[in-house]
Amino acid sequence: MMGGAEEFLAAAVRTGTPLALAALGETVVERAGVINIGLEGIVLAGAFGGLLAAGSGLVAGFAGAVVAGVVVAALFALFAVSMRADQIITGVAVNLLVVGLTGALYRGIYGATGAALTIPTTGTLPIPLLSRIPLAGPALFDQAPPTYMAYCVAPLLAWWLYRTRSGLALRAVGERPDAARAAGVAPASVRWMAILIGGVLGGVGGGMLVLSQAGTFAEGMSAGRGFIAIAIVALGRWHPLGVLAAALLFGAASALQFLFQAMGWALPYQLFLALPYVLTLLALAGLAGRRAVAPAALGQP
Amino acid sequence: MTSPGTAPTTLLALEDIAKHFGRVQALADASLRARPGTVHALLGENGAGKTTLMRVAFGELRPDSGTIRVDGNPVQLASPADALARGIGMVHQHFTAVPAMTVAENVALASGTRGRFRPAEARSRVMELCEEVGFTLDPGAIAAELSVGMQQRLEIVKALARGARVLILDEPTAVLAPAEAEDLLAMLRRFASRGNAAVIITHKLHEALSVADDITVLRHGRTTHTAPAADTDAEQLTVAMLGESGVATPQRDRDEREAGVDAREVVIDARDLVLTDDRGVTRARGVTLGVRAGEILGVAGVEGAGQHELLRALAGRVQPTSGSLRIPDRIGFVPADRHRDALVLDFTLAENVALAGAGAARGRMHWPAIERRTGELLARYGIVASGVRALGSSLSGGNQQKLVLARELDGAPRALVAENPTRGLDIAATAALQRHLLEARDAGMAIVLYSSDLDEVLALADRLVVMFEGRATEVPLDREAAGRAMLGAA
Amino acid sequence: MSWLRRVATVALVSLLALGALWLALRLAGLDATRALVALWDGSFGSGYALTSSTLVRATPLILTGLAVAIAFRAGVWNIGAEGQLLTGAATAAAVGLFATPAFGALTVVVALAVGALAGALWAWIAAYLRNRFGVLEVISTIMLNFVALYAVGYLVRGPLQEPTHIYPQSEPLPVLAQLPRLIEGSRLHWGFVVAVVAAPVVWWVLRYTAAGFRVRAVGQNPSAARVAGMVDVQRTTMGVFLVSGALAGLAGAIELTGVTFALYENVSPGYGYTAIAVALLAGLDPLGVLATGLLFGALEAGALSMQREAAVPAVVVNVVEALLVLLILAVARWRGGSAILARLAGSGSGASGDDSTKAGGGGAAGRGKARPGAPPASGTHAEAAG
Repeated sequence: MMGGAEEFLAAAVRTGTPLALAALGETVVERAGVINIGLEGIVLAGAFGGLLAAGSGLVAGFAGAVVAGVVVAALFALFAVSMRADQIITGVAVNLLVVGLTGALYRGIYGATGAALTIPTTGTLPIPLLSRIPLAGPALFDQAPPTYMAYCVAPLLAWWLYRTRSGLALRAVGERPDAARAAGVAPASVRWMAILIGGVLGGVGGGMLVLSQAGTFAEGMSAGRGFIAIAIVALGRWHPLGVLAAALLFGAASALQFLFQAMGWALPYQLFLALPYVLTLLALAGLAGRRAVAPAALGQP
Repeated sequence: MTSPGTAPTTLLALEDIAKHFGRVQALADASLRARPGTVHALLGENGAGKTTLMRVAFGELRPDSGTIRVDGNPVQLASPADALARGIGMVHQHFTAVPAMTVAENVALASGTRGRFRPAEARSRVMELCEEVGFTLDPGAIAAELSVGMQQRLEIVKALARGARVLILDEPTAVLAPAEAEDLLAMLRRFASRGNAAVIITHKLHEALSVADDITVLRHGRTTHTAPAADTDAEQLTVAMLGESGVATPQRDRDEREAGVDAREVVIDARDLVLTDDRGVTRARGVTLGVRAGEILGVAGVEGAGQHELLRALAGRVQPTSGSLRIPDRIGFVPADRHRDALVLDFTLAENVALAGAGAARGRMHWPAIERRTGELLARYGIVASGVRALGSSLSGGNQQKLVLARELDGAPRALVAENPTRGLDIAATAALQRHLLEARDAGMAIVLYSSDLDEVLALADRLVVMFEGRATEVPLDREAAGRAMLGAA
Repeated sequence: MSWLRRVATVALVSLLALGALWLALRLAGLDATRALVALWDGSFGSGYALTSSTLVRATPLILTGLAVAIAFRAGVWNIGAEGQLLTGAATAAAVGLFATPAFGALTVVVALAVGALAGALWAWIAAYLRNRFGVLEVISTIMLNFVALYAVGYLVRGPLQEPTHIYPQSEPLPVLAQLPRLIEGSRLHWGFVVAVVAAPVVWWVLRYTAAGFRVRAVGQNPSAARVAGMVDVQRTTMGVFLVSGALAGLAGAIELTGVTFALYENVSPGYGYTAIAVALLAGLDPLGVLATGLLFGALEAGALSMQREAAVPAVVVNVVEALLVLLILAVARWRGGSAILARLAGSGSGASGDDSTKAGGGGAAGRGKARPGAPPASGTHAEAAG
């Protein structure tokens, strides 16, 4: 029972971390008034970039993930910001592009069957003392390094958005670009920067799927995480700390199956797979009136 | 620096400014000098180029020719940032605060985008600035929840926070009740008395004469008059604004008509209306009024007094929360924001005409018939368009508004509700629209007309109702009485 | 005139995208020319390829493309055609497997009707969440896509699994529940006719009926529709959700009764997502969807032959599709094509060549929406959670 609970919590954090990183990046993007559906592609590109660069070591792997994420983000920004194209359509196209490119390159480079190659992973890095707290310790502090990055990034982003003038400017762009412009802020530059930050964090989130968890790559391995991250941003009410919590909550919903298995309940596993999505829908419905919280200029070119 | 040691005689000087948009010469030979320690009124009819000139001064528009001087030195203003760096601030008619942020956050945002944001510090900065000019403003309030008067103060504080020495305000009193306007003008005097200059754009003669030290008049983009207010009278200003053969406001024949109206049928009958907006806030209560066939009921009130909700209810566009409301099945409605609420800019003119009644339409759309009718409306109302298949966005603002009015009057509904129908239109379009309203009234239509320009309401209405804090009071057709009622003073 | 221009634009953009593909394959050291020949052979190269591959593949793309087009024109960002398609496929399978004795020769018609109904119902969830709680449909429809995918995964391992319980799929449908062939000896079925008829019907409804006019008005400017037209916006968008979902559900039901005959997880290779590109390339014009659906059907059919004949992974077709979308956005941006495209591409409306009454549009109102990539393999999902 104890072991089951511990495993459940650890799995919740493990599953939640890539979502948290991607969602934190998207929080910045949406705070600047842009909805980047291409996040799914950014995560997938991050995973593939991590795989490509992993040969030169794990640090290089993560660097590769970041570069891949940023390149995809830049393509999105080029259309959605510089050319003021519809953000949804651009995001859709970016996703298609990444699915096709990673799929084709993967097969091209690693063979038609996609050889079951395995690369070393970061493993977990227990934090001294903290990881020895009963129950919560191993779950929270015996995790892969990117998890700790998520812990740090969330408060850092919160501080930036709410306690610096540039954060104020970014939020102003998301609320009312013309007001920001009147205050001497260039909305396009701010949005570009926000989207690139989203690319970095989404890339790391994707990279860790390969470099910290699976140790391998599979086509379409992002498996909808980018989309879930977008839902998580809304669940977390566009606040970095809320988003981190929502991501861990989502991870917990996904990890429920371990808890149930430990308890000896046999239910179809598809039920558990679908559960987080259903819960997200219910939670979004429960947050009725949350439109007031969403950045007012979200999605407007 | 010109002549060091002596104070410059002008803070901001605009000399011989010209500016055109496409084929329209907005400014031809416009000049203005704002002296330190003075309030300056920039006077002119709608479309005279007042706002254009001030946007040039604020660096939003680059002049085709002419010179801008600050403290006597010629400057190039490439952007508002340039203007602000030289101490020129502007408060637009459309406020530019971020609605979701607090006053303190908005002021901090306006005063720089580098470094930390410390909420406590930002709040006390707002208090300081308010104190300097002598008004109050809650630094912790969310901008969206401020009244219009308070939002205007926020805009002023934002300009002050950036070190404005010349403060330009575009029609600042248009949205204020007379007493609020007096507060604002007193504040501007105080601001000016510290060696600064304030420039207010206005089209109201009496305002310019009563508050300004200097007056500049623009007509057709040219400065036609500039002098200290003390050396000027209303007659001179009128001639400068309108030319020798000034455009007369529509003459009314109220006295002859009044006798018959009382006997006519009540077309709109509202009793004890309570109206709630989409956020659940009660915007009007206990409103009882009736509008008879063949009369214009004027509505006045400061922004946010509940008239917006009342007009929508009278037009059958929203349901009252309680009370009884009797209106005709078909009723025309000219909303305040034609781009948002009246027209689909990417639809053709015919489609825009078909839009009225789209909710109740059944079956097929008979486009040939609709296009024919649209063509008739274009001809009858003198709407300049390339054809019934032109897009709504291809029309000028005045022609768009004429199209809206034509559509809403089409088929002679028994009632029409119009909210600020002439706002932003040039003189000719305004006159045409007013004429159509009077003709419709004479043909027996019951009309409810709101305008934020009290003088327009007074000129057109047969009776007047003033909204104050959600309550409606009928008052005599008199500027004095209406002004008092707009402030809640009986 | 504007028609000609649009066709020319799409043709030009297609050539550019294929040129880019050829160049990329060359640079990758592959036999690019052979790949493109295989692409042609597998799509239009023979009567068999045309009827049994391209047109078969185009059928669900046209129907889901119509679903997306009508939704986007109403400002309804339904990214959920995929989920609605899966729901339609699953219910059609259930009807075929269990109700054939009851309906006899009418079974296939009932299966299509039930599939369309189920798709509408699935879309209704998103519509309800939007109208009642203000949940962005972009997010809810994506969530519902995943739920539908897992629901199908459960069905083919549970109630609908074939009797031996070995394979995660259903039994094949009885003949009475199958759509008849349109051309004997080919794989082309009557569902193609349904798609070809549906396009002009949707076009006609949008252009010539009061309901269609309301849909366009709400999509262009919901506020003006409500205030000036006194249109019930919520009711209109609800109706659009239902019709859009029904079209996608019908696509699923047709795919099941006309092509796969059995339900399994990967019954759709992402038709509902590709549909967004199909609709966009058509400028959200239902008649255009007929053409772009055919184009994408040919691309996807040709890609399979390209993989067989030239060892070029079929997924590169996604790259070509993405390039098509991005290029069309770029072209619309710089040339100001149709009003709709121009707005989606951000250059605003204005001097468009669109003729009179059909200047409709994509929905400037509600924004904030998505599109997923290919549906994930279930294996990856299990791994993800593990």
